[in-house]
Amino acid sequence: MKLTKLLTTAALAAGLATGALAQDKTKVGFVFVGPVGDGGWTYEHNEGRLALEEEFGDAVETVFVENVAEGPDSERVMTQMALDGADLIFTTSFGYMDPTINVAKKFPDVKFEHATGYKRADNVSTYSARFYEGRAIQGHIAGSMTKSNIIGYIGSYPIPEVIRGINSAYIHAKKVNPDVQFKIVWAYTWFDPAKEADAAKVLIEQGADVVLQHTDSTAPQAAAQEAGNVITFGQASDMAQYAPKPRVSSIIDNWAPYYIARTKAVMDGTWESTDTWDGIGPGMVGIGEITDAVPAEVKEQALALKDSIASGDYHPFTGPINKQDGSAWLAEGDTADDGTLAGMNFYVEGIEGDIPQ
Amino acid sequence: MMDLSAINPILFVAGFLVAATPLIFAAIGELVVEKSGVLNLGVEGMMITGAICGFAVAVETGSPLLGFAAAAAGGALLSLLFAFLTQIALANQVASGLALTLFGLGLSALLGQSYVGVKPPRLGDIDFGPLADIPVIGPILFTHDIILYLGIALVAATWAVLKFTRAGLVLRAVGESHDAAHALGYHVKRIRTLAIMFGGACAGVGGAYISLIRVPQWTEGMTAGIGWIALALVVFASWKPWRLLLGAYLFGGITQLQLNLQGAGVAIPVEYLAMSPYLITIIVLVILSADKSAAPASLGRTFHASQ
Repeated sequence: MKLTKLLTTAALAAGLATGALAQDKTKVGFVFVGPVGDGGWTYEHNEGRLALEEEFGDAVETVFVENVAEGPDSERVMTQMALDGADLIFTTSFGYMDPTINVAKKFPDVKFEHATGYKRADNVSTYSARFYEGRAIQGHIAGSMTKSNIIGYIGSYPIPEVIRGINSAYIHAKKVNPDVQFKIVWAYTWFDPAKEADAAKVLIEQGADVVLQHTDSTAPQAAAQEAGNVITFGQASDMAQYAPKPRVSSIIDNWAPYYIARTKAVMDGTWESTDTWDGIGPGMVGIGEITDAVPAEVKEQALALKDSIASGDYHPFTGPINKQDGSAWLAEGDTADDGTLAGMNFYVEGIEGDIPQ
Repeated sequence: MMDLSAINPILFVAGFLVAATPLIFAAIGELVVEKSGVLNLGVEGMMITGAICGFAVAVETGSPLLGFAAAAAGGALLSLLFAFLTQIALANQVASGLALTLFGLGLSALLGQSYVGVKPPRLGDIDFGPLADIPVIGPILFTHDIILYLGIALVAATWAVLKFTRAGLVLRAVGESHDAAHALGYHVKRIRTLAIMFGGACAGVGGAYISLIRVPQWTEGMTAGIGWIALALVVFASWKPWRLLLGAYLFGGITQLQLNLQGAGVAIPVEYLAMSPYLITIIVLVILSADKSAAPASLGRTFHASQ
């Protein structure tokens, strides 16, 4: 009897304490697919988290869990965060899509934000960056600089985001270099430095002198540096430690403004389920410094391309573009609509090989 | 377009020898540990600790070999924690091993903070003189660093020690029946602690091979599950050193092969290629283990002299 009473009192006190805490602080959770020290994708999301703390100070409390496998285990992590009183949870990898929707159903008062996915609910927003805009610039530099005309591409998983990047890079490499060939290797991982390095080495052994990566670590940069005359691009983060060569430029994800705005919305009670997809223009995608390893005129062209994309004058997917099988996709002057881009599951004409299904 | 000529067989073989080496070290160490009757699931944690200890010391001293020595020391030191928990405090081996992995991952991330983006000194290849000039065989076999050869030598030595020496016999006795070994007057805990330290040192060197040679860089969590593959490999190799070597080469070889085939645009669905290293390694080793070889009888059991 005594024990039961004690436990009830304790539970009540704990409940009150949590309630009081929730009123004071907005608790924001982050679920990460790799370690915050990956130097790429997760690193930048964590930078966004730190910016959030900087912005709101004591008004916000952030928590994060790293190395969360995509799939069922992520559901456990999200559930735990929600139970621990998180008001807003950012789930930062494509494979968290269904788990996020599932957990969101169980916690209607908690707001969820899923990166790079396409499933939304009343308390689930989606957000992503138009990385393909940056890929256009990489493709331009890659096509201009390759001597072997073979460009290696390390893919993670065959999902629309990655396929868009391959297509965008290919279109712009082909524009400046009609002989260019893409060799694509799927690593089936977002983060595995040894495997990423192996993939880069294999591509280099097979003649690639440019390696593009859509995986999260800097391992391919190290492999390229080791090999010598190969150029690479920072992915998701600047990866400036490998500049000026092999890394000659980069795509930098800048999540901080978005994380701050969304947390503010939760604090103000104005949060609504939305779909955000920003690119170079609004600053969600940054282009890292183009180094002197790139010839001056190529650099100039690349920067002009960046400006025209940022201003909206030019869309990286502007027709005429055919699909891989030769069927027409975009007519002369047409640009791709966001729906098609969001679900892109085909290569454009000229890319060899099949997309794994 | 399929273009098999893009694959350079010499570079391919040389590549998979390198890819298999971390696995060989980690697995042969764990094999000895399990032969002594201890199941240490902390291989991943000891590898990643070795990876950063080796990396840091190599960078600070400029000597990759000192780095590898430090990696062995770091891995062995971490394994002492496991030895303390399981041999002195008699804690559950599975739980202690898992804890060791989590601890190793966290500790390495902490130790490695100032080493992100640093380029480690390169360990040169051994100079075999004219041997390296032999067509095909030269570039495949005689253009590697000393650690790679050490891995193969270690497998041979482990096999020989376990099979032909008194020390090996005692180790196996402890693993098969710790009560009988104890009754004969052998120090079960001491022998197991030494085996655990050997396993830790090997895992550490395997980890450092990734951070100093295979990648080469330091990134948090960079072993990314190789320790777990090493653990599985020990079981599928039926605790036999040569099968373990074969399994590591199969796994490393098919991993490299599938990347090469993808690059060359071979018309095999990528999903099948991606799963092939796991599948083929398991199938081959399971077929080989159709004989009566079994796990050490005392594997995973706690020993206390009074029981």
